[in-house]
Amino acid sequence: MKLFGEKAVRRILMVTAFSALSGLLLIALFILNEGLPFIFKYGIKEFLFSSDWYPHLGKFGIYPMIVASLWVTLGAMIVGAPLGVFGAIFLSEYTPRPVMKIIKPTIELLAAIPSVVYGFIGVMVLAPIIRANFGGPGLSLLAASIILGIMILPTVISISIDSILAVPQSYREGSYALGATTWQTTHMVTIKASKSGIIASIILGLGRAIGETMAVIMVAGNSVNIPNTPLDSVRTLTANIALEMSYATGMHRQALFATGVVLLIVIIILNSLASVAIRKRMVKR
Amino acid sequence: MESKIFAPLKMEISNVDLFYGKFQALKSVNMAVQQNIITALIGPSGCGKSTLLRALNRMNDLIPGVKITGKILLDQTDIYKSGMAVTELRTRVGMVFQRPNPFPLSIYDNVAYGLRVAGITGKKELNEIVEKSLVGAWLWDQVKDKLNRSALDLPLDQQQRLCVARLLTIQPEVILMDEPCSSLDPIATMKIEELMIELKKNYTIVIVTHNMQQASRVSDYTGYMLLGEMIEFNDTKTLFTRPSKQLTEDYISGKYG
Ligand SMILES: Nc1ncnc2c1ncn2[C@@H]1O[C@H](COP(=O)(O)OP(=O)(O)O)[C@@H](O)[C@H]1O
Ligand SMILES: [Mg+2]
Repeated sequence: MKLFGEKAVRRILMVTAFSALSGLLLIALFILNEGLPFIFKYGIKEFLFSSDWYPHLGKFGIYPMIVASLWVTLGAMIVGAPLGVFGAIFLSEYTPRPVMKIIKPTIELLAAIPSVVYGFIGVMVLAPIIRANFGGPGLSLLAASIILGIMILPTVISISIDSILAVPQSYREGSYALGATTWQTTHMVTIKASKSGIIASIILGLGRAIGETMAVIMVAGNSVNIPNTPLDSVRTLTANIALEMSYATGMHRQALFATGVVLLIVIIILNSLASVAIRKRMVKR
Repeated sequence: MESKIFAPLKMEISNVDLFYGKFQALKSVNMAVQQNIITALIGPSGCGKSTLLRALNRMNDLIPGVKITGKILLDQTDIYKSGMAVTELRTRVGMVFQRPNPFPLSIYDNVAYGLRVAGITGKKELNEIVEKSLVGAWLWDQVKDKLNRSALDLPLDQQQRLCVARLLTIQPEVILMDEPCSSLDPIATMKIEELMIELKKNYTIVIVTHNMQQASRVSDYTGYMLLGEMIEFNDTKTLFTRPSKQLTEDYISGKYG
């Protein structure tokens, strides 16, 4: 039975796609509309590079939060990127295919764990360990880096595995046929051939880390300050928005939207870098 | 099976059975590879030529579920004996593949690859051997000005000769070639064939081809395979002019496939 004609289906699909797209566009426009005027009114330099965040005094410098976000993201990368990339290499090149085909979806499932659960583990397990062993409040830049590093693993591993598996088997065979070992083959050919995909996986992981909010609020400590050591408490851009949005009004509220604009721009840049990296890989083939 | 031996034996294959899981791809295959001789394997597609060739340098080890029994000797040593160093075996028995498969690296890095794998890193030594091998594969003049360009930008026939050059650097004793001309045009094919005859002076060559003219042009010995069995193995001239088996005659006269 034919429920809808070809034309009707096309029209329905078009409407759905259009509403999805326009929804996203509206959100972006809304944030820009609320945030941009503030940035220009307050002064771009003052907003981005002043360390004074005193909303009740009308001072809105987000520099400490920018620094914190960058450190947390860098920390997450230091923790997550090597683990993820080496994990992906191990799974794709050293694990029998049938085993890998079970483990990979399992790891991808980790991405579906709500971030509040990661945050909870951070608070209950990780922060006390850091406090006991290194001192400081425990809820810190270090804790946030480690938790985020773990949270980006599924992204890094999954996309890295995909790009390593996309390397033609003939490259590996050519290498083995010249007397190379598995490790030589892996680092002299396979990784080189999948480099841009691996880089893309890390950049996408970065995007995830910089945008993460709930887990970071729970483990980072949230003091507005420029950290001197990894054990210091920090507040990221996302945490700042989430923590203050509920009671912010007027200029303060606009400043939070402006913070959102900064995040939006950073994430757009990261994602474009990732897609350039992925496209480069496809062109090369 | 009659076979006139006029050169020392380099490899000896006896009673080799090979299974991909439950599927038997080689059935009690016997063959003798003589030194500085071109041995050709012919037969219809799917008869086990590539499988046999890949058994000679244990490339089949890379495929899960492959079982092999029987003996394959290289200079009287069983290459499947336990404790055999497979990576060293593959430097002695090298391989050129059906589709040219240069690495996505520069021309220079492609040719230097096997040397670096072997731990040779001296710039001067690398340069020397790379040049010599490219000359040996008749490719030096075409690429000497663009050694840093990607090997993937070369035309297919030059890519295939690059793969030969890449192999020559490590001085294998035996070169296995699996339909090395199947993706090349007739002129490029002729060039590779001439190269093979030149290489024969220093190397022992086993070539798989589904092209009977090619086998009769370049090889000294030919094996005809069918459904995993070595139907007939003899010197090329005899095999093509006076085959001893009816099946062989059917194939070379074009009644089969
Ligand atoms: N990796 C493999 N797994 C299972 N069967 C294979 C594999 N490779 C080849 N075969 C089978 O083994 C037989 C011989 O293959 P092959 O040696 O490639 O033949 P040829 O090179 O003569 O065309 C074919 O029936 C093919 O389907
Ligand atoms: Mg074949």
